[in-house]
Amino acid sequence: MNTGFNRDYLQISDLRVSFDGFVAVDGVDLVVLPGDLRFLIGPNGAGKTTLIDAVSGLVPATGSVQWAGTELLGRKVHRIARLGVGRTFQTATVFENLTVLQNLDIAAGAGRGVRTLLRKRSQVPESVTEVLATVGLTELADAQAGTLSHGQKQWLEIGMLLVQNAKLLMLDEPVAGMSAEEKDETGELLQRIAADDRTVICVEHDMDFMRAFAASVTVLHAGKVLAEGSVADVQADPRVQEVYLGPGAHTAAEVEAVMGEAH
Amino acid sequence: MNIRSILSSRWAVLGGFALGAILLMGVAPAVLSDFRLGLLGKYLCFAMVAVGIGLAWGRGGMLVLGQGVFFGLGAYLMAMHLKLADAPASTGVPDFMALISSDGVPWWWEPFRSGAVTLIAIVVIPAVVAIVLGLATFHRRVRGAYFAILSQALAAAFAIWLIGNPRSTGGSTGLNNFKGFFGFSLRDPANRLMLYLIAAGALLAMIAIARQLMVSRYGELLVACRDAEERVRFLGYNPATIKTAAYTVAAVMAGIAGALFVPIVGIISPNDVGIVPSIGLLIGVAIGGRTTLLGPVLGAIAVAWAETSLSEQFPSGWTYLQGLLFMLVVAFLPGGLASLAPTLRDWRKHRRSDTAAGQPGVAAVPEGSA
Repeated sequence: MNTGFNRDYLQISDLRVSFDGFVAVDGVDLVVLPGDLRFLIGPNGAGKTTLIDAVSGLVPATGSVQWAGTELLGRKVHRIARLGVGRTFQTATVFENLTVLQNLDIAAGAGRGVRTLLRKRSQVPESVTEVLATVGLTELADAQAGTLSHGQKQWLEIGMLLVQNAKLLMLDEPVAGMSAEEKDETGELLQRIAADDRTVICVEHDMDFMRAFAASVTVLHAGKVLAEGSVADVQADPRVQEVYLGPGAHTAAEVEAVMGEAH
Repeated sequence: MNIRSILSSRWAVLGGFALGAILLMGVAPAVLSDFRLGLLGKYLCFAMVAVGIGLAWGRGGMLVLGQGVFFGLGAYLMAMHLKLADAPASTGVPDFMALISSDGVPWWWEPFRSGAVTLIAIVVIPAVVAIVLGLATFHRRVRGAYFAILSQALAAAFAIWLIGNPRSTGGSTGLNNFKGFFGFSLRDPANRLMLYLIAAGALLAMIAIARQLMVSRYGELLVACRDAEERVRFLGYNPATIKTAAYTVAAVMAGIAGALFVPIVGIISPNDVGIVPSIGLLIGVAIGGRTTLLGPVLGAIAVAWAETSLSEQFPSGWTYLQGLLFMLVVAFLPGGLASLAPTLRDWRKHRRSDTAAGQPGVAAVPEGSA
């Protein structure tokens, strides 16, 4: 990994978000490079989702969020999306009354002109066909998105980010409610996406999933960055153990029970 | 989709339009009396507004409770031109104005002496109003009930303004007693038939436009906006623009409908543009099936027809029946009559598999969800 020129990376400096005096994100500094699969973990209320809300333009924030050299704060949601920043939500939101194919076609089309928009889709865009295969939904292309299972909806959402050609993907608990197999498939999919020189940030509560697939981890607590590094670094950090297990010394078995086995 | 199915669906659509054209332009004039044909022409005008409402509300999710404004704009613009054209050449002042005062014609009436200006204005003015209003409200993310109330308030304000300015708008009586239409006498049955045919052609053209918008990529985007507006934003689209476009098309359709209503019916008054007619237009769309292409058209025609024939016999009963019908549809058939067949099919399938498997709920899972 290097920080060479012309690389699209995310640099967050002194990010603050407050709601009516409650400070949800309190001076976060964060750098995420392309090819990284960064997990954001932390207890409930740590500010994980608020942080990606701020980056994607959903909530106002102060400080600085630079993506590929462009300041994102103060821009509108759809402008940020057009800069290659995509996100998903805790509850999968797909267009339930449209087919899988239509969902992806819409996601692929933010740059379309009026003339294309006013015509019927005569053929499936190549990027959509590719992504259908990538997320494993080729056979369900003509199914109504509302009839998909929870896991399939999450894959569709990830597929929408890919056809949208997002270079920064922020996923909010993508494996919540998935079976073990679905989780593995999702994790492998995210690793492939990151390997394609994209930047992936994943908010997650599932420690097993994090341990199996994270390239790096940032722990948030009370709106601040508590620790950052590899999975092993973070698990060994006493401050992280304190947040998850309470103050005092902890045995290896206790740590393992909550945070998983250190590699 | 293979070429054959594309062709067959194209032939089916063309065939449908041809059938509609034969019924409206061939059969109806042959079997209906002049009086009934005039009534049908009036219903077709309501159907044009309904096509727009189907697009904005059914597909775009915008509860447009004030389409009477755009209908009224088109209608009053046309009525102003007809009154000016009818005015005696010596003074150039329409009859009702000359009766009320001797101030002459207000300055803002003058441009509509020209037929060309009037025809352009009938399209442009509703469009501009809709664009300004749409961008202003949708950018501020005003939607749902708030948008409905806003559009309704606009209809009320428009009607009140019309009543409050009798010298220039005819007040609560409105504008009536038109003698000619672009040089053709409105007393001549042949000309009245021509007007009816123009209305039928305009309606078919609007249905064709609405169909194209529904099957196009824009139509899919509009449905996406209706169902999950925020998600559309995160894909890099601005929903305000998408919704404003549909709202504007609906407004232009209503404006043209109003402009044709005036020579066909022979009167336009605040009673035709305020809150009550605006809601009346919406009820037809809801009953017919707002998300479909033909549901709004058939619903609007059926409701207008029922209103005329029932209020001939029970003058006060219609309003109650209309309200009752609306409540029944909203409560039991939210998709309107167009969804009756699919709903019944689901219900029968559900019952059959219930008795077969003895497991209620299994059949309720939509196909393809496994």
